[in-house]
Amino acid sequence: MSAALVEVRDLAKIFDVSAPWLNRVVERKPRQFVHAVDGVSFAIPKGRTLALVGESGCGKSTVARLLVGLYAPTRGQVRFDGVDTADARDRAQERALRRRMQMIFQDPYASLNPRWKVLDIVAEPLREHGLVSGADALKARVGELLQSVGLAAADMEKFPHQFSGGQRQRISIARALATQPEFLVCDEPTSALDVSVQAQVLNIMKDLQRERGLTYLFISHNLAVVRHVSDQVGVMYLGRLVELADKRDLFGHPRHPYTRMLLDAIPDIHMTGRARTPVQGEVPNPLSPPSGCAFHPRCPHANERCSNERPALTEFKGIQVACHAVTEGRL
Amino acid sequence: MPVTPPLLEVRHLRVEFPTRRGTLLALDDISFDIAPGEILGVVGESGAGKSLTGAAIIGLLEPPGRIAAGEIRLEGQRIDNLPYEQMRRIRGRKIGAIFQDPLTSLNPLYTIGRQLTETIQTHLPVSADEARRRAIQLLQETGIQAAEQRIDQYPHQFSGGMRQRVVIALALAAEPKLIVADEPTTALDVSIQAQIISLLKRLCKEHGAAVMLVTHDMGVIAETCDRVAVMYAGRIAEIGPVHHVINEPRHPYTVGLMGSIPAMDEERERLQQIDGAMPRLTAIPKGCAFNPRCPQVFDRCRSERPDLMPAGATRAACWLHATTESVRQAA
Repeated sequence: MSAALVEVRDLAKIFDVSAPWLNRVVERKPRQFVHAVDGVSFAIPKGRTLALVGESGCGKSTVARLLVGLYAPTRGQVRFDGVDTADARDRAQERALRRRMQMIFQDPYASLNPRWKVLDIVAEPLREHGLVSGADALKARVGELLQSVGLAAADMEKFPHQFSGGQRQRISIARALATQPEFLVCDEPTSALDVSVQAQVLNIMKDLQRERGLTYLFISHNLAVVRHVSDQVGVMYLGRLVELADKRDLFGHPRHPYTRMLLDAIPDIHMTGRARTPVQGEVPNPLSPPSGCAFHPRCPHANERCSNERPALTEFKGIQVACHAVTEGRL
Repeated sequence: MPVTPPLLEVRHLRVEFPTRRGTLLALDDISFDIAPGEILGVVGESGAGKSLTGAAIIGLLEPPGRIAAGEIRLEGQRIDNLPYEQMRRIRGRKIGAIFQDPLTSLNPLYTIGRQLTETIQTHLPVSADEARRRAIQLLQETGIQAAEQRIDQYPHQFSGGMRQRVVIALALAAEPKLIVADEPTTALDVSIQAQIISLLKRLCKEHGAAVMLVTHDMGVIAETCDRVAVMYAGRIAEIGPVHHVINEPRHPYTVGLMGSIPAMDEERERLQQIDGAMPRLTAIPKGCAFNPRCPQVFDRCRSERPDLMPAGATRAACWLHATTESVRQAA
């Protein structure tokens, strides 16, 4: 565990989604909270990729934002290179920490300022952290960064609208790489892209990881993409990790019924006409999650214990899984 | 030669958008058939013209877009030049439509029941009671629990997957012969996607409706369709039985597209990628539109535009297959 660059312990984020005070008084409504992330723990070794998968509303993007400090955790801690990020209280320390982790967002149409030239977009982190001084040096560095993601140095004089979606995502990657971070949080970086462009971006990300020893947290709902990029995979359901395993174990021997369901739900392009048995039901409302195991209303293997007692993430044959049926040997 | 005449015939369809800077050719020489009860997939990247083809068939091209040439026949009758009122009768009665976002295709101000009975009564000579009875039956068929109660609810009281079920019920309400489904599962989570696709497939089979399924998801196509048309820059690049197009693609674009999809059953260090991006409509290259990105490009591709020609078990618009065609014609 000492080799872990990023370590998350019992991380939780609770959002207050109560109605305004007056409404609560008049309509006698209670306060309402969403446990967006609830007790998530994992560690990412240096130079490796952990992927988090799950359906909308499972809390994977919240984890990403907690990691880079866009949200403050309600409980738990994020340790980066052995230091608790919450301890980096003074600005200098915090800046030093933030320089080493960067984020790539999902929508390359929304994450780049349309009024800024690419030069300013990519140079912003360089200026912010005071890494390069002088206009010429800045331009040279931005040109270098653009080239490293397969764009031309001359592109720095253009505006975001002059680029396609895939090219914009490369600009986002160039910006994220500007401070020479060690850790990149990628929140659905290719979901807004077409498949042939997605392949280009995924290849660039893999090349960069190999060249620079980057560590990735990769958030996605696409299991085929996750299988391609990751070393370890965590499956989330309603704010909790239900299974955390090496890629090979997870895809070869999925344990948790939800993981099995997700894997079964992916259409396979080489199995034409294969009939699947889709799992019934939908993700429950996170405002009123089911008792016990959150997955039990949809689970074919649920019994009484599952509906009363919430399973903890435990070691099981080399992987971690939160399921009574698996640990009891029923599955 | 098919024994039964095709349900839908599209011949040399050309759609243009007149703009201030000249006329954009959005669809160019599109020809295909759909047999009764058949599921035809239309796949391609954003901007390839797949949704536009669907919109042209249901007569809902957004102005200033217009059909400039070619014809569309439904059961032998031309439908592309019908007056608005006549087309409105056909839409719903003979052609049902399912769109991507189930929230925007339902009217938020009316109950589900009102929208369903209105559609049924517009197209079929039935009483209000009979229409309601049919509406409930349709909702039950689409797997909505307690349909008798839910029929009087509003769209916002349904979840995303449930809304798409309602939209499918709405599309099937007047027993149409053809359903045009434009990205019906793109806005849904994977586990729900599988449910909706199998539902769509089963219901269309039961009701004897043919489907034109527009999507960018090759997995969905593989699992659902009988035949598939691959579109690129406003033209059909390849069309044929789904099994052949996926496993032995003949057009270099289809080959690249298939290679760039991360597969679930094999591991590759790098994904195959097609360099560059699809050309904008304002700058379609001379000759074959794919020639600047094509690894097998030769002189003829740069000057002459290929039409669909037999290539193995499929038909591809690619000069690589010209020789086999001429050989066959000579024989």
